[in-house]
Amino acid sequence: MKVELEADKCVASGQCVLVAMDVFDQDDDGIAILLKQEIGDDLLDDVKEAVAVCPAAAIRLVEQ
Amino acid sequence: MADTLTGAAHDATAVPEFPMPRQSRCPFDPPPALKELQSEGPLVKVRLWDGSESWLVTRYAEQRALLGDPRVSADTDRPGYPTKASAEAGEGKLSFIMMDDPEHARQRRMVTAPFAVKKIEALRPKVQKIVDGLIDDLLAGPKPVDLVDAFALPIPSLVICELLGVPYEDHDLFQENTKTMVRTTATPEERGAATREMAGYLAGQIGKRITEPQDDMLSGIAARITAGELTHQQATEMALLLLIAGHETTANMIALGTLALLHHPDQLKLLRETDDPKLVASAVEELLRYLHITHLGRRRAVTEDIEIAGQVIKAGEGIIMANEIGNRDPEVFDDPDRLDLTRDARRHVAFGFGIHQCLGQPLARMELQVVYGTLYKRIPTLKAAVPLDDVRFKTDAFIYGVHELPVSW
Repeated sequence: MKVELEADKCVASGQCVLVAMDVFDQDDDGIAILLKQEIGDDLLDDVKEAVAVCPAAAIRLVEQ
Repeated sequence: MADTLTGAAHDATAVPEFPMPRQSRCPFDPPPALKELQSEGPLVKVRLWDGSESWLVTRYAEQRALLGDPRVSADTDRPGYPTKASAEAGEGKLSFIMMDDPEHARQRRMVTAPFAVKKIEALRPKVQKIVDGLIDDLLAGPKPVDLVDAFALPIPSLVICELLGVPYEDHDLFQENTKTMVRTTATPEERGAATREMAGYLAGQIGKRITEPQDDMLSGIAARITAGELTHQQATEMALLLLIAGHETTANMIALGTLALLHHPDQLKLLRETDDPKLVASAVEELLRYLHITHLGRRRAVTEDIEIAGQVIKAGEGIIMANEIGNRDPEVFDDPDRLDLTRDARRHVAFGFGIHQCLGQPLARMELQVVYGTLYKRIPTLKAAVPLDDVRFKTDAFIYGVHELPVSW
């Protein structure tokens, strides 16, 4: 699966980092950045949770 | 518009008033009448303090959808915006929480950096030290003691002062004024005077940092004035928002959370006996969900017609997301009225949702984790010194909590 992030929408809530630290981080302003664009099954649940809790709907999971 | 007015007049007797009274015996639960409305449907009309009508959004899914919808506005000057009390009507802006994008995003992004998860994590040892020091003082002092005054309020207040660079010695000034600003029964004059005193104080602090910058958030905000990105007034409103939001909410979560735990001894035992930071983190999420201290709803004005849940909300109408019952929506949380620190409650809407979701949430979470993970271990015999009936709850404030909490051990 591929993770997509629209940084323009990000409101720096840090929720994605809390639930999926292996996939997301924050830049110096707190805006989310992607550490991995492609993820395996091991991280799928965490990223699904990140999609669900992101207040700005800035994260998407795309089937490849 | 004519149809709306006629309809409203026709149904006047059937429209319930919001907010509704809580049941005194269940001070941790939302008002029973509010929960009944949730079972009636996701959107119901309610009548507000000034006689106006607004849509009350009762269900979690619709609340999240609307809070994330760009057709809803947080601008209190918009037609239809449902104000919370006479004190709130007509007051000045409280910075970016009352703005829409793109200006909201522009100003919010100026202050997001210090709240990044890793930067907040780096503050944890300092917060632990503050919490331990206050517990040392509690144990060395007389009892009973008011936990609000001696513990719950100083923690977030000390932390936000440190972050912003506001001298904590001045805490009487901003704590007293904040109390007035969040009291729903304050007159517009009282609220205006409190706001002006706070704003004057913070404008002075910012002014000092224009000439002598320090390593704090106020200096960062002051630098935006120098760079021409904010006026002095905008900078002051921003500082005011951060100072108020930084201590009022967390203080209430500490005191009300402790009271709720004291009345759920099986849950308190879990915290007292655990060394697992994951359980403490989960307890914080569950207490945020269960208590939901922003009890007057998140309010917005609709700028374009929105169709949702079979209903059309018209442009110019107000909507109130009753997130406290969203957090008790049985579609989302099993057995929602049960406090269960082991459940996964992370999807709660205690911090709101959408672009205005609480900026300080990583800080609030960390502070609450330190508090809930420390206090009951260090004072295992902690108990309320008064019966529940004698506790004064903040039904008269924008943020729910307790006015005092006498405790002993």
